Amino acid sequence: MSGISEDHNRFKQIVRGKIKEHFKKYITHGEMIGRQEKDFVKIPLPHIEIPRFKYGPKQSGGIGQGDGSAGEAVDGEQQPGSGQTAGSSPGEHQLEVDVSLEELADILGEELQLPNIQPRGNKNTNTTKTKYTGLSNVGPEGLRHFKASYKEALKRAIVAGSYDAENPIIVPIRRDLRYRSYKKVTKPEANAVVLYMMDVSGSMGDEQKEIVRLESFWINTWLKRHYKGLETRFIIHDASAKEVDEKTFFSTSESGGTLISSAFKLCQKIIEDEYPIDRWNIYPFHFSDGDNWSGEDTRICLNLLKDFFFPCVNMFGYGQVESKYGSGQFLKDLEKEFPNHEVLITSRIQSRDKIVDSIKDFLGKGR
Amino acid sequence: MAGLTPELEKERIRIEKTAKGYGLDFFETVFEIITYDQMNQFAARGGFPVRYPHWRFGMEYEQLSKSYEYGLAKIYEMVINTDPCYAYLMEGNMVVDQKLVMAHVYGHCDFFKNNQWFSKTNRKMMDVMANNASKVRGLMDKYGIDEVENFIDICLSLENLIDRYRPYVPAKSARPEKDNRNNPGNKLRVDREYMEGYINPPEFIEQQRLRAQEDEAKLAKFPPNPEKDILLFLMYYAPLKPWQQEVLAMIREEAYYFAPQGMTKIMNEGWASYWHSKMMTMDIATSAEIIDYADHHSGTMAMSPTGFNPYKVGIELFRDIEERWDKGQFGKEWNECDDIKAKLAWDKKLGLGRKKIFEIRRDYNDVTFIDEFLTEEFCVKNRMFVYKFNPRTGHYEIETRNFSSIKKQLLFHLTNFGQPSIQIEDANFENRGELLMSHNHEGVDMQPNYMEETLKNVFKIWQRPVSLLTVMDGERHVYSFNGKDYKDTPLSELPK
Repeated sequence: MSGISEDHNRFKQIVRGKIKEHFKKYITHGEMIGRQEKDFVKIPLPHIEIPRFKYGPKQSGGIGQGDGSAGEAVDGEQQPGSGQTAGSSPGEHQLEVDVSLEELADILGEELQLPNIQPRGNKNTNTTKTKYTGLSNVGPEGLRHFKASYKEALKRAIVAGSYDAENPIIVPIRRDLRYRSYKKVTKPEANAVVLYMMDVSGSMGDEQKEIVRLESFWINTWLKRHYKGLETRFIIHDASAKEVDEKTFFSTSESGGTLISSAFKLCQKIIEDEYPIDRWNIYPFHFSDGDNWSGEDTRICLNLLKDFFFPCVNMFGYGQVESKYGSGQFLKDLEKEFPNHEVLITSRIQSRDKIVDSIKDFLGKGR
Repeated sequence: MAGLTPELEKERIRIEKTAKGYGLDFFETVFEIITYDQMNQFAARGGFPVRYPHWRFGMEYEQLSKSYEYGLAKIYEMVINTDPCYAYLMEGNMVVDQKLVMAHVYGHCDFFKNNQWFSKTNRKMMDVMANNASKVRGLMDKYGIDEVENFIDICLSLENLIDRYRPYVPAKSARPEKDNRNNPGNKLRVDREYMEGYINPPEFIEQQRLRAQEDEAKLAKFPPNPEKDILLFLMYYAPLKPWQQEVLAMIREEAYYFAPQGMTKIMNEGWASYWHSKMMTMDIATSAEIIDYADHHSGTMAMSPTGFNPYKVGIELFRDIEERWDKGQFGKEWNECDDIKAKLAWDKKLGLGRKKIFEIRRDYNDVTFIDEFLTEEFCVKNRMFVYKFNPRTGHYEIETRNFSSIKKQLLFHLTNFGQPSIQIEDANFENRGELLMSHNHEGVDMQPNYMEETLKNVFKIWQRPVSLLTVMDGERHVYSFNGKDYKDTPLSELPK
């Protein structure tokens, strides 16, 4: 029997682009499904798929089981043809297990190699707490751990042969005793607010919104890991902006024009009224397909960014979700005006598959 | 790697005896206890301890071990189709799980041994795999890792281009059968001239001439009949170096070995689950274990709204069949009965169920199994539906609960085992030694970007331009690659 490390290393080298550069285009950060309460979340793992003649995904559909009437949406994945499993041996039982949000964030961080976030300036305060985590051999009697001490005594008695199952009396001696010991843990005290803004004008379709929803899920998951409290606010806009709850945010569709400045202004007002910048880490994200009504409005946006947002936020994320109708002009304007700006992070999201790359853009700087 | 503990060995003997008592018939089965890491390693290599070196196994291993470490999934058992059968148990699982797995494994082993679709598989595959591994290592030493691995990548890209029914029909060669071109007059040999009129009468000569013409036409087209075993064809006729031929033959052999497992997924899992459930509940599990058993059993049988679980469908179908044949709910009389009440109360007390399911496990594969035994009552009872992707909303939506649609959808997924069916039409296309393949389109288009890359891989082997005829968005297209350009021509725009 030979170990698999050789094949494993080879695979890792390919993923890192060390060998076989022509394979790069096949690498996807494929999907690993985990369950979080009711939702399925996908954990990105690199995957290389060897091209084959195979069916396209979207026409085929599949067979399911359960309740529901015709037309009702069922979430989830395209069912793989049973032939795809031909390579694996039969009878691999697999079970799905729940993952906590915290673990998810860790997995994400590990897979994407995200740096930890450094909260800014004097907002970087931590509190220290004591947490009882381990056992030690010495300590005050008040902290004596009865069960652990008993176990030690029992072990000793069994080893020494003095244990009698008929008359199971255990007499602990000094060196059996165990005491609770504590550790000081530091917890972030800093708070953060994420303000999501989204263009809901007609050109943003369902697919675009789904992409924004997935992105925001991962951004929230990651930020929650680093802040004590995380608040989220949602702003939608077409030609005018309004604040909405999360559900409305992802389900509203308006028609009409697009004035991005309207959202920026509302966002500014919310920050000024409710989130004093000396106590909050502020993360505005704006998602659109890149269309804006006029160059004049874009100018207003750029000024707002420069004069208000950049000095007070940790990071300003702009995600441009590609759609058939969007011109993508806004991204070009931003990049022209603020090339390589350290607070402004832009990302272009062509499709669902690129979400992972985009998350890496946004969170890869550790801000 | 270790054998069973005395406690488990005692249970194994009991389970084996019980299984035999129910009439299961299997090869000797060797159980090994391995750690989770070994389990992941073996699973990454399709259940085999040794395979040829390839990064793909490393990738599988990464996925499996990550999902294990993150607590997303774990493999309970693994069994491979060899004689003796090897099965692996995971170290540290609860005793009740190990019993469940052993009972399940005996079900699989019985299926491997008796299902006719497995009858042509090589039961010494463990050795073959090990030999292939050392063969490939040797080639890598000689020609370089990259060279050999790149060629394996190409072969794997074409791995599914085999004819899954080929092992079950009498061997035919990919070569043309007879060459009649050397006999210009189409006459039989005549030693005495006066016999000429009797041995070669004019009508006979005419007949011979026609036959020769037909042969000629067939020869002009090569291969004479469309060839589905594309790997075999390429092995014979593509300009490959001997070592490349060897590698291609190896990939093909392994693909054929695994093919029956893809062909009988639902039946095989259903059969094994049927038996572990029967044995555990009737004979093996103690009363203290039954809750844990039920919990884990239901875990593997769970069906999510869009996840098709072969275990679940398989076991339910076997149970349904057993009940129907026990009660005599089959045949002309049953089919012609329209009275729902009578149908519900139908019980002729035939008791043929057990015999029937044993027959089925011998003769059927998933396609014939579903085709014959999926009933409307079954679909209603199990609340099955068809879902489709709705491009307008971007979601998968329930399309219908109509029985014939469900059956059609299921069978479609199983036909050619979920792979597009592709064959070689002409290996001398345009009379320039180009390769023409055609896709037997059954309503679903192929994924265009994968098709392009795969076609380029076919070119790398054939080394002359390659073309593929398929349907895309409702129109017939020819896609071709000549080494430089990838071309897409709708058939309507072709000159002829």
